[in-house]
Amino acid sequence: MTTVISAILILFGLAVVFGIILGYASVRFRVEGNPIVDQIDGLLPQTQCGQCGYPGCRPYAEAIANGDAINKCPPGGQSTIEALADLLDVEAIPLDDEHGQEQAKMVAYIREDECIGCTKCIQACPVDAILGAAKQMHTVITDECTGCDLCVEPCPVDCIDMIPVETTIANWKWPSPTESPSLIATDRGRGQVQQQEAV
Amino acid sequence: MGKVFAFHGGIHPPENKKQSTRQPIGRVPLPRMLYVPLQQHIGMAASPLVEVGEKVLKGQLIAEPVGRISAALHAPTSGTIRSIGPHPVPHASGLDSDCICIETDGEERWAEHQGLGDYTQLERSQVIEHIRQCGIAGMGGAGFPTDVKLHLGDDHIVNTLIINAAECEPYITADDMLMRERAEEILGGIRVLNYLLKPSHIMIGIEDNKAHAIHTLEKVLKGCELNLDIRVVPTKYPSGGERQLIKLLTDIEVPSGKIPADIGIVCQNVGTMSAVYRAVHKGEPLISRVVTVTGDAVAQPQNFDTLIGTPFADLLDAAHVYENKLYRLVMGGPMMGVTVEHDQIPVIKTTNCIIAASQDEMPPAQQEQPCIRCGMCEQVCPAELLPQQLYWFAKGKEFDKAKHHNLFDCIECGACAYVCPSSIPLVQYYRFAKSEIRTEEAEQRKADHARQRFEARQARLEREKEEKEARRKARAEEAAKAQKARKTPEAEATAQAPDLASLKTAAAVARTKLKKAQKALDAARESGEGDISELEAAVATAQANADKAQQALEQADTAAAKPAAAEVDTKQLKTAAAVARTKLKKAQKALDAARESGEVDLATLEADVNTAQAAADKAQQALEQAQAGAAPAGDADVKQLKTAAAVARTKLKKARDALKNAESKGLDGLDKLRATVEALETKADAADKAYQNAEKAAGGSAPGEPKAAPVDMKALKQQVSIMRTKLKKAEAALEGLEGEERTQAEQALQELRQRHEEADKAFKAAEQAQIDAAAAKGVDLKQLKIDAAMARAAVTKLERSLSKTEEADARASLESELVAAKRKADALNETLKQHEPA
Repeated sequence: MTTVISAILILFGLAVVFGIILGYASVRFRVEGNPIVDQIDGLLPQTQCGQCGYPGCRPYAEAIANGDAINKCPPGGQSTIEALADLLDVEAIPLDDEHGQEQAKMVAYIREDECIGCTKCIQACPVDAILGAAKQMHTVITDECTGCDLCVEPCPVDCIDMIPVETTIANWKWPSPTESPSLIATDRGRGQVQQQEAV
Repeated sequence: MGKVFAFHGGIHPPENKKQSTRQPIGRVPLPRMLYVPLQQHIGMAASPLVEVGEKVLKGQLIAEPVGRISAALHAPTSGTIRSIGPHPVPHASGLDSDCICIETDGEERWAEHQGLGDYTQLERSQVIEHIRQCGIAGMGGAGFPTDVKLHLGDDHIVNTLIINAAECEPYITADDMLMRERAEEILGGIRVLNYLLKPSHIMIGIEDNKAHAIHTLEKVLKGCELNLDIRVVPTKYPSGGERQLIKLLTDIEVPSGKIPADIGIVCQNVGTMSAVYRAVHKGEPLISRVVTVTGDAVAQPQNFDTLIGTPFADLLDAAHVYENKLYRLVMGGPMMGVTVEHDQIPVIKTTNCIIAASQDEMPPAQQEQPCIRCGMCEQVCPAELLPQQLYWFAKGKEFDKAKHHNLFDCIECGACAYVCPSSIPLVQYYRFAKSEIRTEEAEQRKADHARQRFEARQARLEREKEEKEARRKARAEEAAKAQKARKTPEAEATAQAPDLASLKTAAAVARTKLKKAQKALDAARESGEGDISELEAAVATAQANADKAQQALEQADTAAAKPAAAEVDTKQLKTAAAVARTKLKKAQKALDAARESGEVDLATLEADVNTAQAAADKAQQALEQAQAGAAPAGDADVKQLKTAAAVARTKLKKARDALKNAESKGLDGLDKLRATVEALETKADAADKAYQNAEKAAGGSAPGEPKAAPVDMKALKQQVSIMRTKLKKAEAALEGLEGEERTQAEQALQELRQRHEEADKAFKAAEQAQIDAAAAKGVDLKQLKIDAAMARAAVTKLERSLSKTEEADARASLESELVAAKRKADALNETLKQHEPA
């Protein structure tokens, strides 16, 4: 009987001690906000385009943290989905077409002689990448443009084009070597047929 | 000769160096066009200093460095700038980039230039700046600007300087030939670096397949004062790699992610030494270099001292290329070089070799076979990586894992691909993975930057909103203050008003209670039921309460009246007086009715009347006081006084009528009525007096205050005409009356007449006074008339221009002007009217 009581007492004492330690730790090492949101936000492309249906990347990150689908970001594309899947330990799913298609990096371009200087695009730009003033010609700071195309809609004279980012020596990428579809030599023939079909 | 160590891996490809060393360094005939790319290395592109059409001299600075890691560009020869724009450049991408195109004039006229002389007398930073201005960049590999490396001595302890003369890659012999022919220049360059970096030990690493070069160097170095060793290393690719050479010579591995300077070592290429020597001793910028032109497709493989910007085509011509044999044009060595498609690509500072290969020499790459995991790649990797693993990760696009397997330590030497039995283009996979990771990182940086900008923008918008809100609030406050300020004259009244109102309500409530109690008492008395004494006590209490409330109210009223007297707040007082009078009237009417009906409650009613009378008297007194206080202050509101006097008189009349009625009817309380009439008479007299006083005061001040005078005159005139009308009316009414009423009316008429005469007299007196005053002041009527006319004209003019103007701002100012002009014109007109003889 005494053993049972002592065991209970010991366990109770341990529970109290650990409870105190845990309680202290939860106060002492308190984390403000949800750290996962920051991590998700760090993976999103920060175009602030709103194609996901949220007003910017952070709101979408918060939504993902609360269980929203990870495939609503066309600017990020499949690579972002994969990174998010990796982070959240969920399955990578294909991009949701409803929110748009993944496309080449774009940059806004203002046809300057058509610009009337209304400043509407400046107000629309989420990253302040458009320079100009009322009744003055506007122009896009290409390096700052995220290609979100939010400035295209408000333009009253439709003088903003989204043009693909030009490939220069600075941003050129080595192409992937033509991959052999076969894993073993005897597969080669079949692989080539498949490749041709694919073409 | 010191000890030589070994590095891991390495291969022994066919050297193919003999072909191009048979001939001494030759010269390329001056090309017609030179294309100098603005960016020849990592870092920032140089910024052009010349314009199209400008004539340049050999060695003239044509583009200046931008930022820290950037190199200056100089005209390789004299000529004219033809264009600055895109041109194919030596880059794996095969893309165009901006180049300065110079049409040569064949004169080779040098720009003024001179060496530094005895550089040891100069500051080190000056020498380094000179080297920077000469555009010296590493001529071995990446073309890293040399001055950046020379500054390493500032924050690193450099104890070993290694001169890289290994030239391990097959085919290339440019450094070999340079050492054979210009060993003195190389030594000169080493001396400059020795001065700049102050290393304790200098080593020249050279492969044992360059016997001739080693011999020449040894000859030159004989008796050299420097602590310099020539270390001959066994021929093994890639011993010329910076890290591999350091390992070979010092047995130290440069840690991953660090630079050699972190372990106290600086590496320089022999070609760079020669360029440094020329720059420091002769002042010649880097405008030419030795290029090996070799391969089976050229008849005379040879090294050429080539101007930077020379198109490959000119070099191939100089080496007598067999066009039909040429299958592949490779820039750089066979291991690390890239195939180029265009023969107009120019030579840049890092171009050490051009291989014009035949098909036999460099056959097309074999079909990639599956990896058999033989592990040969791992055995030859000089960086001790796991090429097979990296291959799988790159292929599976698991770039993170590739990065964790130190992908970025790969020097892309190609040894693994060379030994791969499955002909897997391993280096291409690594390059692909590397550029994917770099792009991802760049995108991440850009995303972070965009986020920063986005957050900054959000913060700014928020701040602006807040500021707007704050401004709005401030404006509202300001407006409230202004309103308060406007109300200050009535401040006391405002302060008192709520107090007064509540007091009044309290008094009214008390009165109502009292009435109710009385009613209840009366009812009880009539019916003779209930406890009358109790009810009487209640009535008494109510009476006391009502009295208290009334007293408080009266006190407050007096308190309010005091400042009002000073500030002419007669309105309230007047209202109070009027209310009191109405009450009095009601009470009197009730009294009359009671008397007529002969009811018993006359005493109570009379008391009521008296109370009302007292209240009315008090209110009237307060009003008069206020008016009396206001009148001597010079702000005499004569009109108000007049009304007061008139009211007093009317009251008096009514009271008299009532008295007469009462007398004729022979009712009780005559004495009281009489007393009332008397009191009223006194009051009417007082009011009249006050009025006359004020009038007099106004009359007296009329000459001094023309503004007050016209109002007075007008009022007087009106008064007179009103009197006249009244008089007429009264006369007309008199005719239809008979007997007693007629006598009464006659009496009233008499009174009216008298008052009319009085008013008339007063008016005339005022008029006379004005005329006198005008005469006394000597106002010129003519002048006044002219002034008035001019003022009127100004008004019309302004009106016209106002109708024409549309802009709001101008309109507002015009309107304000118009108002001012109108006021002036009115004033002048008024004055004119005053002074004009009636």
